This record gives sequence, C-alpha cells and structure tokens, in this order.
Amino acid sequence: MTTATQTVRMTYREAVREAIRDAMRRDERVFLMGEDVGRYGGGFGVSLGLLEEFGERRIRDAPLSESAFVGAGIGAALGGMRPIVEIMTVNFSLLALDQIVNTAAALRHMSGGQFNVPLVIRMTTGAGRQLAAQHSHSLESWYAHVPGLRVVEPATVADARGMLWTALEDPDPVVIFEHGSLYGVDDEIAADAGPVDLDRAAVRRAGDDVTLITYGGSLPVVLAATDQLAADGVAAEVIDLRTLRPLDTATVLASVARTHRAVVVDEGWRSGSLAAEVSARLMEEAFYDLDAPVQRVCSAEVPIPYARHLELAALPSTARVVAAVREVLDGG
Amino acid sequence: MADYLMPSLGADMDEGTLVEWLVQPGDAVHRGQVVAVVDTAKSAIEVEVFEDGVIAELLVPVGSTVPVGTPLARIDAAEPGAAESGSPKAAPPAVAPRPDTAPGAHPGSVSPVVRHHAHELGVDLGTVRGTGRDGTPTRADVDVAARAQERPRVSPYARRRAYELGVDASALAAAVPGAVVHAAQVETEAAAGPVVPAAPAVPQPPAAPVSGASSAPTPAEAMRAAIGQLMARSKREIPHYYLQASIDLAPALGWLAERNSGRPPSERVIPAAVLLKAAARAVREVPDLNGFYVDGRFDRSEHVHLGVAVALRGGGLVAPAIHDADTLELEELMAALKDLVARARSGRLRGSQMSDPTITVTNLGEQGAELVHGVIYPPQVALVGFGRIVERPWAVDGMLGVHPVTIATLAADHRVTDGRMGSRYLAALESWLSRPEEL
Amino acid sequence: MTAAPDAGRRIDLYRSMLRIRRFEERCVELYSASKIRGFLHLYIGEEAVAVGVLNRLRPDDSVVATYREHGHALARGVPMDAVMAEMFGRAEGVCRGRGGSMHLFHAPSRLYGGNAIVGGGLPLAVGLALADAMQDRDGVTACFFGEGAIAEGEFHESMNLAALWRLPVLFVCENNLYAMGTALDRSESETNLSVKAASYEVPAWSVDGMDVEAVSEAAHRAVELVRDGTGPVFLEARTYRFRAHSMYDPDRYRDKAEIEHWKERDPLLVLGDRLRDQGLLTDDVQAGMERDIGAEVDAAVAYAEAGTDEPVESLTEFVTTQRGAR
Repeated sequence: MTTATQTVRMTYREAVREAIRDAMRRDERVFLMGEDVGRYGGGFGVSLGLLEEFGERRIRDAPLSESAFVGAGIGAALGGMRPIVEIMTVNFSLLALDQIVNTAAALRHMSGGQFNVPLVIRMTTGAGRQLAAQHSHSLESWYAHVPGLRVVEPATVADARGMLWTALEDPDPVVIFEHGSLYGVDDEIAADAGPVDLDRAAVRRAGDDVTLITYGGSLPVVLAATDQLAADGVAAEVIDLRTLRPLDTATVLASVARTHRAVVVDEGWRSGSLAAEVSARLMEEAFYDLDAPVQRVCSAEVPIPYARHLELAALPSTARVVAAVREVLDGG
Repeated sequence: MADYLMPSLGADMDEGTLVEWLVQPGDAVHRGQVVAVVDTAKSAIEVEVFEDGVIAELLVPVGSTVPVGTPLARIDAAEPGAAESGSPKAAPPAVAPRPDTAPGAHPGSVSPVVRHHAHELGVDLGTVRGTGRDGTPTRADVDVAARAQERPRVSPYARRRAYELGVDASALAAAVPGAVVHAAQVETEAAAGPVVPAAPAVPQPPAAPVSGASSAPTPAEAMRAAIGQLMARSKREIPHYYLQASIDLAPALGWLAERNSGRPPSERVIPAAVLLKAAARAVREVPDLNGFYVDGRFDRSEHVHLGVAVALRGGGLVAPAIHDADTLELEELMAALKDLVARARSGRLRGSQMSDPTITVTNLGEQGAELVHGVIYPPQVALVGFGRIVERPWAVDGMLGVHPVTIATLAADHRVTDGRMGSRYLAALESWLSRPEEL
Repeated sequence: MTAAPDAGRRIDLYRSMLRIRRFEERCVELYSASKIRGFLHLYIGEEAVAVGVLNRLRPDDSVVATYREHGHALARGVPMDAVMAEMFGRAEGVCRGRGGSMHLFHAPSRLYGGNAIVGGGLPLAVGLALADAMQDRDGVTACFFGEGAIAEGEFHESMNLAALWRLPVLFVCENNLYAMGTALDRSESETNLSVKAASYEVPAWSVDGMDVEAVSEAAHRAVELVRDGTGPVFLEARTYRFRAHSMYDPDRYRDKAEIEHWKERDPLLVLGDRLRDQGLLTDDVQAGMERDIGAEVDAAVAYAEAGTDEPVESLTEFVTTQRGAR
C-alpha cells in the first residue's frame, strides 16, 4: 500500500482519464483510437484534454467504422504497438464482433501460439439513462463467453484508475467495460494510486447471512440494498466480481461456504446471463454448502424501454435485491 | 375397544421406551400401520398395530419406559359405513366391529377416494397430516405425504449438517411433508437432543432418552450391554454344537459374474445374496434348524425368515429378518438386503424385522475371519456362518487349481438337532452353492 | 516496358508458380483420400498473382491473405513440409495443427493468415500498416482478398481508413470473377473495381493476373509508391481459378467453355511459352524442375504422414499467452 495517507478526490471519469494519461506517459507505444476521442474529448468526456497533450498521432479520431478501427487495433498490436481502442458503447461493438471474436480472440490459438494480440478495448455499457433499446445493452456475458478474451469491469474509482495499466501489460486482448452511470461517481483514492490486479473479485462488505455477488453498475444498487438489510438485522456480504472472464470463483465459494445463501445481481437479461454462469458454478462447487437455491436479480426479458418507470422496472433495483434476499433467507 | 400393548421385539427385550407417537387420538389406523417408535436399547423400532380402528387414547407419554405388555394406547373399533370425513371420535359401543378385511381397508372417517388414493401412492395414512374437517386427511394431504415420502426436501447444506450432527434429516422432513428442511432446523434439532435417538454412527451421541437416569448410558453402551446379556443367556441356556465345511464358490461366483455382466451397478447382485439364498433353501431340507425353542418346546416355523447380522457403525450388531428368504428371487433378496442394512444403520427397523428371524446367518466373509464360531440368538436354534472368501488350492477331478473357498459353519442347539442333521444341512448348503442357477 | 529482368529471376518466377501448382494438385489427391479434411480452397490458375506480388516484397513487409492462401504461404517462403503437416492437422504443422488449410500463419515470414471471414483481414492489414507508420518503419503490408470482399463493409471501412491516415497498405484484389458461386455482375452494381477504389482517393490499377511478369511489374511500381508513404494503393489482378471454389463445390455456376477459355491463359503457359521462345526454358530445365519439385512435394507428404498429433492434454493451450486456458 502507499506510505503516505495522501488521498485525492476524483470522479470515475477522471480516474479513467488519469489512467490513460499515465499509460501514455509510461509507454510511447500506447495510443488511443476511437470515435470522437480527440477533438470531441470522448463520447463520455473521458479523453478531454488528451489530444492537446499528446497530439493527433496518439489520440486518433476514427471514422464510424467499428470493424475497421478495431481490426486496425488488432493489427497495430500485432505490429508492436499498445493500442487502446475505445468503442463508444457496447451497443456499437456489435459491428466489430467479427474482428473481436474471429480475430482478436482466436489469433493466438489459430496460429498455434505464434502471435499474441496485446490489445485493450474499452467500452461503455449499461442502462438507466432512458436511452432506450439500442443504447442500453449489457452484453458483458457475450464477451465473457469467448476463450481468448479477458473481460474486466471496474465498479469503483480506484479500479477505474488501476485496471487500465495492468490490462495494457497483458499480452492478450482485454476488454474493459465501464458502466455509463458510474462516470460521475466520485471517491477518494490514494494520491499515488497505481495499477491493480485483474485476477480477483473484491469483498466490498463483509457479512455472514447471505452473499451478494455483482459487478459494475449494479454495485451501488447492491450496496444500497445491503444498508437496508443491515437495518433489519441481515448482514450481507457483497462481492464485486471485477473480472468477468476468468471469474474468481474461489472468492465467491469461500463466501458462500460461510453464508450458505447467494444472490447474484446482474444487469444483463436473465436468460443466458453471467448470473446464470455464477449460479451454475455455485451449484457445481458449493452444492453441499447451499441452504437454499441461488437467486438471480437480472434485467427483465424486454428490450430496455424509454419511459422512466418502465426502465426502472426492467432493471435490477434495490427493492428487487432486498426481495431476493428475503426469498433466499425465508423461502427456498 | 382394545388395548394396544408394548410389543416384544426380541427375546431379550423386557421393557421398551416410547420415544415417539406417530398418531394422535382420533386418527384412524389400519392393520400394519406404524403408530409409534420404541427404543429397545438396541435400536429404535417402529411398532405397528395389528387391527383396524381409531385411536381413542394414548396411555403412555413419550419418554416413558414400560415393561413389555403394558397398554400403550386404546383403540376403538372402526365405524362401519361412514364414507365421508366423518367424526373421528370413538365409535359408539353398540356398533359391531368391522370384519377383518384386506390391509387396504380403512376406517370410515377417511373417504374411500382418499383411501384409494393413498393406497395407490403407497402412502401410509398414519403418516399423513390431515387438513380436512376435524383433521381428516384429504387427497391433497395424501399427495403431500407421498411427495415427502419419496424425497424429503432437505437443502444440501442441511443434509450435510444432519450427517455431521447425527440428526435424521428425513425424519425432520417427514414431520412436515412438503416443507424444506434448512440447516437451522437441523442445528436446533441437534441442540435439543433427539427425540429419535441418532444412529450409532454418531461419534458423540446425544443422551439416550431413558427416563429417570441421571448419567444415562450412550446408545452404543446400551446396545453393547443388551448384546452382552443376550449372548450370556444364549451360552447359558443353549447347548451349542459346531460343524464346519469348506465350500468351493467357483461355480457360484462364476455364475454370478456372468449374470451381472452387462448390468448397471444398481442391478447387480452381490455374492452375499447368493450365500443367503442358499442358506435359506438349504434349511428347508433340515427344518429342525428353523424355528423357535420356547418353554422347553421347539416349534418349527413354516417360513424361513432369515436373520442377517448387520454391523452398525460405531459398534453393535443387529440381526433383523428377511422374510421368506427362500422364496425370493435373487434380485428381490438383494433389494431386501439393501433395505435392511439401510434401516438397521439408520435405526429405523420395523418391529417384525426384529422379532421374526427363524434362523440367522452371520459374518458374510467381509470382516476378515476365515471361520465363525457363532452364538445362537435365542429363541432361534441355529446360526450359520460364512468365513472370508479366500483363494485356495483346490482339487477337482484329480486336478489342482486355485478356487475361491469359504468355510461355512453351523452352530446349532443340541436340544433340537444333532451332528448328523447339522452335517446334512452343510451338505445341502454346499449342494445349492454348486448349482447357483437353480437357486 | 522496363528492361527485361535477368533470366534467372524469370525462371525463378516460373519455378515458384510450378511449385504451387504441383503442391495444389497433390492436395486434391490427398483431400480425396481423406488425409486433408474440412475445407480446401485451391489456387490453381491464380499462381501468378501471389508470385508476382510477393517477389517484390521485403522480409520486413507484412502479408495478409485469405483462406485460399497456400500459394501465398509457399511464395512467401513458408516451408512446404510445415504447410503440408498443417493441412494434415499435425503438431509439426506451421500452426501445430490448430488452424488447418484456411489458417496458415507464419511469424518468421510475417504471414498473418489465413482468414476465413471474407473481408476479415482488411482491417488487420490496416492495423499492421498503422504500426509501421507509427513506429516510422517503411514496411509495406500486402493485403490479398477476392473481389467478393468488395461487397463487405469492411472493405470500404478499411480503404477509407487507410487512405484517410495515409497508411502503407497494398490492397491486392484477386478478381477471379466469382465469389463462391456468385458472379461479379450479380453482386456489384459497379463492376469496375478500380472506380470503387478511386472513390476513396486511392490510386487503382488493373493488371492481367495470368501474366506473372505483368503482375510483377505492376507490383513493383505499387510497392514503391506505398513505401514512399503516400498512402495505400489498390491493385486489381484479373485472374481465374481453374477449379471450383472449394473441393465441395460442384461448380455448376460456371460455363465449361469459359473455363477452357481461361485455361488457354494458364499462367504457366503464359510465362512458360515466353521463356521457351526465348530459349530460357529448355526441356531439360523443365524436367529438372519437375523432378525437384516432385521430390519436394513427396518429402512434404511423407513428413506430414509421419507427423504426430498434438496431445489432447494440451487442448486448451495457446488460447492466451499464460500457460493453460482462460
């Protein structure tokens, strides 16, 4: 840890910006490429000021050609650079899925180990801002499905600051998801905060009654539910997965071995969700520790609606998490 | 109106402790229905009534130890003719008792539809919690009980805790059919001390429910004492004679291996079943080895209820009966054996299984001894032993080979049979084992 | 025309094409004998394009190709036995048997596949060129693709991006008139491919893809232009495959007469006749070549036959750079 207790307050957005700036200063092979990352300062304001600092060669505005610039990122990585490709949102990443799945993820294996692709892709993800069906996806589970990709999602300011450099040092492709609702969240982090690991889930709250497992934008929802439950005498343990592929099953299992009850909160749609994967692993590896079936709180099976009340009803909420905890404690 | 008495569940049993009532006043009961659990210091036995009726009154509270023959409950005869969920109160004395009908017949307070449904599902109405008028079982209640009987709903963690703490999770589940047993209930059950004594498998067994004792013996200790008493009595009263014969099991095991090949493990027959079947069939040829010696007289039994010695985890031995073992197909015998061992080890044997063996077989080669000098369980008059199956040189038609051989022993009561008859038995046993396909 | 290149070099061009031809012909037999499995896309008839272009590249240039890339691999210098072993699925194959016919990769010769997605390699090529440009290297990335890829969005995105950022990509379109079973005029409103490229402000030429020397000349000029840093160049090579799209294809969509017509312009005949006329290719030289190539192909097949299989225990290796699977 840091020797000084000096902290600094910054937003999640600022933390990502600092991470990019720090990386680009450390290694001249690092460059940022994506739509509106330069002149515009980034679709979510993450790269504001970076063009002025680093110039056009290294802060590259790309045309609306997801497939081309993601593929170019792959090629550039093969050619010795360390690109950070910013796809504005996961919704648009579908246009680049071919490059990501068929080339970036598969290249090492197809070539029998001859090549590796040290590419970092950052994407904004998630719903909750009334952006309707085409701008509200949480498709982390699709990416976490693919061998050859590492998938992470920082849910805290400290992780937003620290994950990028570790991802850039990874010789293989890393996809970093940033939930859109977190950019404005601010927090105190160490003034000399540096890289963090990408391997382990984090226990954000300790408790013995039930294990709540979540990631990304759902973490604040789960923490709020935890506070509510604490007032009723239920001590929930909250695990922030941090890494979605590979999953840190060990941390989750250790918790459930103590609490014997689990609820997984995941903003993806319930069917075929990442929560389903976590649930299956708990069934496989913690069966004899479970005192009740694992509950899931996911998005309703509907393209995310525009109207506020409908969107709120579709997404995981504090109330739904609390209800699920009650279910797992009383029913089953 | 009749009294239901504390049954005798073994020759050595003088008294029993009522540990659980499974019925309450007003319940209709039928012949063969389990109504209570009695602890005999050897194990907890489910006891059944032998007539149809309605429980009028329970006379002995849970926890009391009473001598054999003590009235435990009063049963009224069943009301004839009532088809719906009628009053379960005691029938008026003027009503003639119903004739003894088939075991499926039920007293009138349970509707015929429900009765039929229970019979179809194999549900013991005595285990059904009734939610109909006046507590009568409804069809839905029977369904719930059926589900609970098939698969008790116990969470994986609760099941694990139950095993660790020596709690019978299935009993907890059966208590409220359809509900799920969670770990908390198991923990509570273990902390309270069991109503049903845990199987002797528990390393730290809870205190045995013997009333009045301040330093009660553990179940394991009590069992050992009971066994000791029985064996002492046997040695005291029965003039034993012993015979042995080495038997070549090559034909039997070879035949069995072929029979088992291609079958899934759950359908395979183990050698023990073959030995038991042979022992049962052989005794038909020397019927004076099969029966009870009581009050100076030997009564041959018409049935061969083969007692099988089952070692219990944590020490102790019981020898419950496989009824009519000589008539069962090998698969049936195999299934009966599995069921018996499971019940014995979980302490859930039925009364008739404890009291009925007409001859006992012991030490089926697994424990390591090559030869068993048995002690007969009175009032039986014989005990058959099989030693460990060992590969030995064996001559067949003048040629030396290596065969799996067991030493079979017979311990018999010299008051009833002698060495000649005993030898005939061993010869018959060997003969049956040489032609296993005819078993 | 420029001064005729020296005889040795021209014979080398011929030999290189012949080598590819004989290799591909043997693959037909091996596939029919179930030694090679999956999909097999043959380069027979198109040899002049790969040979003509690749002989103008440097070792530090990069090559991106398609699933019809055996010829490119051989012309680039990937050892024939390693290629054959890969087709057999052996551990001794260039990709340890993990890629197969459609995914030939070779790091030493900077061959980046082998790509089974039509148009999938173009963005990759753009990126390789980007890496050269950003690191101030004067490497060229040659990207081969069929005319069918022109229908894919990735073609347009890649051309645009390469032109916009002035990247050193040589886009080589091997126009064999058919995208699997679909003729060019049934899939493109504008069949003049150079016009399409030009719309991205990219210099675009067409060349007779059956004449290796013409291809070589055009490639020479194109590569120089690209290496100068003025941006990408689009080279359309008009060629024809004599066999069906793949071994599974019954080739019902082409007129037999058309095939025969194109066979009269077999690249081996085009250069071969010219060399014979000029006395540079005698029967002896030809026979010697056939013998050597035959022996090389035989040795490659023997090598592949004698190869070993990757142990199943290593199944999940080579997914990521750390040992073991993700």
